[in-house]
Amino acid sequence: MNDCLSNVKLLVAGEYGLVIEFGTVISPEINQLVRQLTILITSNPIKGIVEVVPTYRSVTVYFDPLSVTRQELSRFILQLLSTVKLQELDRVSSKMVHIPVCYGGVLGPDLEFVARYTGLSAREVITIHTSKPYLVYMLGFTPGFPYLGGLSEQLMVPRQEKPRAKVPAGSVGIGGNQTGFYPIESPGEWWLIGRTPIRAFNPEGNPPFLVAAGDYLHFVDITIDEYFTIRRDVETGAYKPEISYVYEGGRP
Amino acid sequence: MITTTQPGQFTTIQDEGRLGYQAYGMPIAGAMDRYAYRVANLLVGNRENAAVIEMTGVGAAFKFDEEQLVAVCGADMQGQVNGVPISNWSAFLVPRRSEIRFGTALSGYRTYLAVRGGFDVPPVLGSRSTYTRAKIGGFEGRALRQGDVLHVAQDTAFKAKPRHLEQFYIPRYANPINLRVLLGPQDNMFTRETIDIFFTSTYTVAGRADRAGYQLKGPRIMTMGRPDIVSDAVCMGAIQIPSYGLPFIMTADHQTTGGFAKIGYVIRTDLAKLAQASPGDTIHFTCVNEQEAIEALEQERQYYRRIAKQGDDHFVG
Repeated sequence: MNDCLSNVKLLVAGEYGLVIEFGTVISPEINQLVRQLTILITSNPIKGIVEVVPTYRSVTVYFDPLSVTRQELSRFILQLLSTVKLQELDRVSSKMVHIPVCYGGVLGPDLEFVARYTGLSAREVITIHTSKPYLVYMLGFTPGFPYLGGLSEQLMVPRQEKPRAKVPAGSVGIGGNQTGFYPIESPGEWWLIGRTPIRAFNPEGNPPFLVAAGDYLHFVDITIDEYFTIRRDVETGAYKPEISYVYEGGRP
Repeated sequence: MITTTQPGQFTTIQDEGRLGYQAYGMPIAGAMDRYAYRVANLLVGNRENAAVIEMTGVGAAFKFDEEQLVAVCGADMQGQVNGVPISNWSAFLVPRRSEIRFGTALSGYRTYLAVRGGFDVPPVLGSRSTYTRAKIGGFEGRALRQGDVLHVAQDTAFKAKPRHLEQFYIPRYANPINLRVLLGPQDNMFTRETIDIFFTSTYTVAGRADRAGYQLKGPRIMTMGRPDIVSDAVCMGAIQIPSYGLPFIMTADHQTTGGFAKIGYVIRTDLAKLAQASPGDTIHFTCVNEQEAIEALEQERQYYRRIAKQGDDHFVG
């Protein structure tokens, strides 16, 4: 068995939940194990599995304990784990979704603050924020909300002490070592540096969610005119987000 | 056609819930009290996943254009049809052009109104449950308002006629509420003594008792070291212990991920009891093993089968 797998723990999350925990920290290596196990389970599910939820460092399997026992499920998972090969993911291509963002101004009211705090110019903040793709480690918090890794240390700003009660959908923010955007209006404690006109969650869409765990996100700087043009096209359904593919070997 | 003449405190359409999207951050939603919800559907001969109305605290009022077979289960909200009291946990006919009206919950907190055939609202991601935060499902993704018009679907599972549910199957909403808990997955972040305090203390439902979760007051439970973990998945029944040490139990509209230690999970069967708790009610926790949780589930499923079968037998007889 792989070295990374020696620390695997199977934990109980109620009679309906089995957690397969690979570690307690955020790391791309651990997340690769999470992804690979998630793919293995969802592509060969056994009876009784209800949902599979990948997170930073664990996979939670929700199951019907009257259809499959925890022992049977655990045996199945351990058998899948024995086939996990970390290096194999290097040959898998990942989806990269390009997210147009209008930075600063009324759509990014905290860009100037972030610039002052970090000692950069607003332009430099934008350049650094758009310079590389971010791995989507997991989704949670609200529908379609991506937890991203890989924020440049130059852009780290403590979260706001008092969360905003209502952050508009599409807002792009920075807080602590995290960045991301809000798919639906929700409370939030990030500093808002811009806004995207695209919808990360569209219940009528196919697929309804723009990104999934394991994808990469790349923010692209657009003007306010482009923002409104794209927003109109999103409303009419004419806009399709740009998607490209990256090889894991070349991950940031 | 059924018209909302009074919206109540917080009235939504709910079904079994929206399964399959937690990996995308979408909570399951669905009825808070699954037992009352399912029994209401069984009493009118619906499928288990038919959509019903969930009322909270103070009930609503509805005008019926046509005669309908209706069941009311859960909290006693002093329901009346044209001013005549109804009995909860029963299926009865509401005559055409009459009004069903509910008041304040006397015992329990949530009441379910099922109509034969289910409420006809468009499914969103496979479910008719309202999830207000994302403004999806149910009636336009929101709580019902005065004047909202609902239509009845034709989706039935078996024959049904007016009947009273046997007393045996009717839960009593006692106070204090005893919730059975399975320890894990982060119970190792607490000392033995702290876990003992958790299981021997009395907690009170604080102001927040909404569809996302129940905030409790009582002795503070502190983790050894930092309370936060690198976020992982949470589901209904998860008991999170945030940095201030007061338990928060996640319910139907819970976030799918969380960053605080979870001392344990309330077993599924007992979430129905929690759903009927209102602010100010008291709660005790009892530690159980997995076998007990599974036996409770099995028993519950047997009850559903027997309730459905008795309805059928009565009809045939």
